[in-house]
Amino acid sequence: MTDSYLNLANGTLKPVFKKLGLPQPAILRRYRPGSPLTVGPVLVVSDDASAADADAVAKILSGWDVDVRRSPETAEGERFGAVVLVLTGAETPVAVSAPVLTVAGTLRRLAGNGRVVTVSRAVADGDAPVLAATRGGVEGLVRSLGKELRGGSTANGIQLTGGAAVDSASAVVTLRFFLSARSAYVDGQLLPVGPSDAAGPVDWEQPLAGKVAVVTGAARGIGAAIARTMARDGAKVVVIDVPPAGESLAAVANEIGGIALQLDITADDAADKILAAAKPLGGLDILVHNAGITRDKLLANMTADKWDPVIAVNLTAQLQINERLLAAGVEGLRIVSLASTTGLAGNRGQTNYGYTKAGVIANAAAGAPVLAATGGTTNAVAPGWIETEMTAKVPALTRTVARRMPSLGQGGLPVDIAEAISFLASEPASGINGQTLRVCGQHMVGK
Amino acid sequence: MSTTPAPVPSTREAVIIGGNRIPFSRAGKKYVRTSNQDMFTAALEGLVARFGLQGERLGEVVGGAVLKHSKNFNLIRESVLGSSLSPTTPAYDVQQACATGLEAAIAVTNKIKLGQIESAIAGGTDTVSDAPIVVSDRLRAALLDANHAKTTGAKIKALLQVRPKDLAPATPSTGEPRTHLSMGEHQAITTAKWGITREAQDEIAYNSHQNLARAWEAGFFDDLVTPFKGLTRDDNLRPDTSPEKLAKLKPAFGMKLPDTATMTAGNSTPLTDGASAVLFASRAWAEERELPILAKFVDAETAAVDFVHGHEGLLMAPVAAVPRLLARNGLTLDDIDFFEIHEAFASTVLTTLAAWEDEEYCRTELGLDGAFGKVDRSKLNVNGSSLAAGHPFAATGGRIIATAAKLVAAKAAETGQPARALISVCAAGGLGAVALVESV
Repeated sequence: MTDSYLNLANGTLKPVFKKLGLPQPAILRRYRPGSPLTVGPVLVVSDDASAADADAVAKILSGWDVDVRRSPETAEGERFGAVVLVLTGAETPVAVSAPVLTVAGTLRRLAGNGRVVTVSRAVADGDAPVLAATRGGVEGLVRSLGKELRGGSTANGIQLTGGAAVDSASAVVTLRFFLSARSAYVDGQLLPVGPSDAAGPVDWEQPLAGKVAVVTGAARGIGAAIARTMARDGAKVVVIDVPPAGESLAAVANEIGGIALQLDITADDAADKILAAAKPLGGLDILVHNAGITRDKLLANMTADKWDPVIAVNLTAQLQINERLLAAGVEGLRIVSLASTTGLAGNRGQTNYGYTKAGVIANAAAGAPVLAATGGTTNAVAPGWIETEMTAKVPALTRTVARRMPSLGQGGLPVDIAEAISFLASEPASGINGQTLRVCGQHMVGK
Repeated sequence: MSTTPAPVPSTREAVIIGGNRIPFSRAGKKYVRTSNQDMFTAALEGLVARFGLQGERLGEVVGGAVLKHSKNFNLIRESVLGSSLSPTTPAYDVQQACATGLEAAIAVTNKIKLGQIESAIAGGTDTVSDAPIVVSDRLRAALLDANHAKTTGAKIKALLQVRPKDLAPATPSTGEPRTHLSMGEHQAITTAKWGITREAQDEIAYNSHQNLARAWEAGFFDDLVTPFKGLTRDDNLRPDTSPEKLAKLKPAFGMKLPDTATMTAGNSTPLTDGASAVLFASRAWAEERELPILAKFVDAETAAVDFVHGHEGLLMAPVAAVPRLLARNGLTLDDIDFFEIHEAFASTVLTTLAAWEDEEYCRTELGLDGAFGKVDRSKLNVNGSSLAAGHPFAATGGRIIATAAKLVAAKAAETGQPARALISVCAAGGLGAVALVESV
């Protein structure tokens, strides 16, 4: 569904929109293989106690052919592509002031589609209150800055947990994701990143090379975009959808050189069929639970035929499939499930859907140690307003309002969800487990 | 039985990996203005997607259509070029009326067994909705004469032969060129000869709908059919039909015969559009790719009968082919777990079964010592057949082979014993093709 407002606001009438003080959503820069990581030089700033980590970050960036700056001075007219604020060593709120104000001084020189990424440590049990306040405060900083930035720029944060190093594989892949155009519609988010192996060499153009991914609900919309993105990133993909969706499912499979599996995921033998389908490609590595349905109704008018199928498809099916796969001894499985901002904030008329999506989030969190024990991970991605066939059916006024609500002032695209999933499923992201990453353009609802 | 050659011992196996078809649709409904090439390409695309064959160079793709325009001289090759298979995959067309699909399978599996190819797709497609229209013979002759004429005067003279009535196109027909009888009228004669009752025919039709509906409900076709043009199931299927409803239908064939007409639109297959494709390979090719192996395509036999002089019924050739096939493989009807007998008409199935049970007929016509045997009805078309699914002529063979392969695979998995299916397809021209499929 075309967002006419977005097109108008970026067309010849752009100055008029500005003069009238109307919202000015930007055209977001999205990832294209081979394009530069950022739109300009990257400034690395830190407090004194974090200097060593900042050096490590700068070294990583240099390895990516990025123009790394340690000083906020710029040539006339030059704009930063990104600013990385390293606060891992900060122990008091006062220590944070100087680097934050340095960042403040650069924001007017931040290019469109620029990035601000904080690297800090998460609050942990047993932290001294002052330390907890210092670390916890970063969250408010990032979320507020996300709302302040314009022109398609975003603010996101890495929260290292469990003593994870800034140059560990997972911290590095997360830093790259937040800096890159892959995170175009991720804004105002803090992602906890746990310990992982030291960063090794990664083919950033083919991060999923050699992996076999299974994507449910892949005949169209977000699922098809996930399949295409994972194939682009090097994975062999099995696409699944219900038999009646088989025609477009086959088209997706043939487009990406994958395998189409017509399957009702609520069937008892769904897990066996998934394993069998992945076998010729080399065995299951990544499972994306994307299939989902809506049967909206106010709870006061709810009936079993509207409640039960939503629970069965959106939640029970994946619980059962995960259980069977683990029972079958699948190791190192990377699961990513589709949650929703509805699961975080609720939505009128969606008690059934909200139940399942909150359930998905809880399941990812609770499943993390189980998957970790087998060398795998389980995470969720919570889309906000995404432009799909499904949301195109929403009444025009609701749709227009929903599009203007996020900080980025527009709906996301299916590929935005796909990029986040591909990132979470990638080998180096092994330290990210049990998390729910919002891809919502910093929608106002929920946390 | 002296004409039956001894089994050839030493060739390797041809295995069935899986099949795909589009839902069959009654003529004039969903696939109006959809060409044979569109439909066969769709069947191929679904098969390619199911087994990840994108860009693969297969040994051969073979198939055909019964109602085919001469412009589609390379129908199957053109379909391959429009598919996701490698354009270096060779292809050719075959045509053997309703046995086209099965004959295509026989051709490719023989090549696989001989080691000439490692993999192949066989299938077929037919559309009645998009059938080629033929001009009258007189108009055609005049146009050809005008084309060959050297002078303008001669061209005009040639065209002046055309009379207004010559402009009417010849209606597409499946009538027999030598007898000018439709297939239904031919079968009506056979039906009457064997005294097949209306009730028995309606029962076959009812079972076909019931069995096909149950198979759809059970998800049997989830990995055998890919939706096309918004159609997700065979639209000829009537899960709610009943013996009572079938009994109310008026006869459609055999009204001019002295006997009571028993063949109706309900117990005869409707004109149908559709396409099907089956993936075959050597065992090594399948195993190398870790593709599933459903069954072996063991052996096949074709036969023909003299229907022109009225000696035998038009659709009775499989009656002769099956005993030869089973004898060559050292089998009897009792060794068969699934009988897939194409339901051109309910009465075709019944006259076939009746002939095999008739001692006199089997002795004089088939050269057997006595009756060939009785087919256990509980093993007959257990997941429905053409009466319910419809019958897009050349696509029926592929539909049946894929169904049979899946049935024997499931039965063998369940019992731990080998399972066999016998496929029988009758065809215009007094032809018949039959095949034996066995679990691996």
